[in-house]
Amino acid sequence: MATLETPAPPAAPAPTEAFTPRPVRHEPGRAVGRAVGYLAMTVAAAAILLPFFWMVVSSLKNNNQVFTVPIQWLPDPVVWQNYLDIWAKSDMTTWLRNTLTLSVAVTILQVLTGSFAAYGFSKMRFRGRDVLFLVYIGTIAVPWQSYMIPQFIMMSEIGLSNSLWAIIALQAFGAFGVFLMKQFFETIPEEISEAARLDGLSEYGIWRRIMMPLSVPAIASLSLLTFVNTWNDYLGPLIYLRSPDLWTIQIGLKTFISQYNAEHALIMTGSVLSVLPIAVIFLLGQRYFVEGVATTGLKG
Amino acid sequence: MATLAADEHSAPATVGHAPRSPRPGAGAGSRLRLRNTLIGWSFILPNFLGFAVFTLVPVITLFYISFTSWNVFGTAQWIGLDNFTRLVGDASFHKALLNTLYYAAVHIPLTLGASLGLALLLNRRLRGVAFFRTVAFFPYITSIVAIAVVWNMLYSPQYGPINALLRAIGISDPPGWTTSATWAMPAVILVSVWREMGYYMLLLLAGLQTVPAQLYEAARMDGANAWQRFVNVTLPSLRPTLFFVTVMLTIGSFKVFDLILVMTNGGPGQSTLVLSQYIYQKGFVENQFGYASAISIALFLICIAVTIFQFLMNKRRES
Repeated sequence: MATLETPAPPAAPAPTEAFTPRPVRHEPGRAVGRAVGYLAMTVAAAAILLPFFWMVVSSLKNNNQVFTVPIQWLPDPVVWQNYLDIWAKSDMTTWLRNTLTLSVAVTILQVLTGSFAAYGFSKMRFRGRDVLFLVYIGTIAVPWQSYMIPQFIMMSEIGLSNSLWAIIALQAFGAFGVFLMKQFFETIPEEISEAARLDGLSEYGIWRRIMMPLSVPAIASLSLLTFVNTWNDYLGPLIYLRSPDLWTIQIGLKTFISQYNAEHALIMTGSVLSVLPIAVIFLLGQRYFVEGVATTGLKG
Repeated sequence: MATLAADEHSAPATVGHAPRSPRPGAGAGSRLRLRNTLIGWSFILPNFLGFAVFTLVPVITLFYISFTSWNVFGTAQWIGLDNFTRLVGDASFHKALLNTLYYAAVHIPLTLGASLGLALLLNRRLRGVAFFRTVAFFPYITSIVAIAVVWNMLYSPQYGPINALLRAIGISDPPGWTTSATWAMPAVILVSVWREMGYYMLLLLAGLQTVPAQLYEAARMDGANAWQRFVNVTLPSLRPTLFFVTVMLTIGSFKVFDLILVMTNGGPGQSTLVLSQYIYQKGFVENQFGYASAISIALFLICIAVTIFQFLMNKRRES
């Protein structure tokens, strides 16, 4: 989906681009339109980013400077100390480690089982396939909140609650990965698999040696979306992870907020730290996020 | 090997073992089909096992649990329809249902409008437009807890920047936002629109880019202005995407939970108590699993009914 990125030279014809107001040069109306467009985009972007800006700025202030009238837009002095204090005042290291463990484990499982199942759904013909896929899709209309109670009871009975395994079990087998990978596999021409079969490759071999290498963009999308979803998940850990040594960053941060509710600057520091890894991942792989959302129209 | 794995169409003609049976088609065909079915299932099984155990089984047992009552020892007792009769007369449930409807009724059109506006704005071929798309999507991928705590501070009635701004432009008595029963819900909705519009914008953008350029050209030739082109070309072509977005938005609105839990915890009073949160409260705070499951059934049925209704409406409009 090249269309969602910045097109390189404006004159180059892009065959995938369906709708483009053709850039006609030396036309005053167009130039004004473009200026208005940029202005509108800049205003919208500033409005959207303002809360994040305020978060970062406040995290670098002394606590009594967070709420001032008039608003102090830049920290003076810049208090880096907050970023040292928070490690001492909270269990940030444990939280980050747990969150990272969960996010990595869930992502690997989701990509492997999701793409494996997607191969079955998109490249194999067998009885019961379509009904099964309908069941997968059907669960998308069923919110997790409506079956979290029986799920919790079941997890407790098999002894998985209050362990990181609960979150892995909860997140790793969603319909989302299957759906995303299926959409992508279907764009790979059948002739390629056909040729591989004639060369004696088994179905598993085709999945591993042909489909997976050809699906790197889709795998990247799925990995990033799953990672971010697991990182940000609040409800799952809230329900399942009771012991403080199992807490993820979201639960930890929430507890920290209620514990130090007057330490506004420090709370903002914690928030920045919880968002920072996601922001970095997002900036590095934003193309894949956009593609992933556009191909499935779903989130995990 | 090659012939066995291939599908039915190409099987007989290709190279391979000479068929031993006198009627090559039938016996080999059914064996082939069995083999294909087994291989097919083997691909799906690893994911399906997890999916079945952790999603399908809970969805099915939900119905059983809603007919039971749980005592302190954690054993269930069948009580028939009692949970549901209790639900009908439960004022808190009514409040939660009304609040959820209020949230949905305001959140859906606002988010739809905002994301469509953003998509139209960002569907142009300008240098740097990808940057703006990234910015618009960013709130959606940041954590609820961080977002909630920042906005709570921004909303802070006495010292918060939002009210400071409102006072500066001459509003002497600005709202109390999350501390006021009247303003808490609008405050939450504002945050959720801000957070989600970038996501739906991406979906709409993908839809906009499938609109054939010739349609716009033709409309322009006919002298249609920008608004007429929007109404007569963009909107009709965008119908499938808009429909999908509306369905997703509706389900999303009815299950709203974590943002409210962190921002207001249902308060002040019960002014932002929503269905999902009521389930959580009854189930995980008060350990009334049976009753909480009955509320879950209500949420489940609402979501299914709304989805089916929207599909039917869409079908009727199409024909």
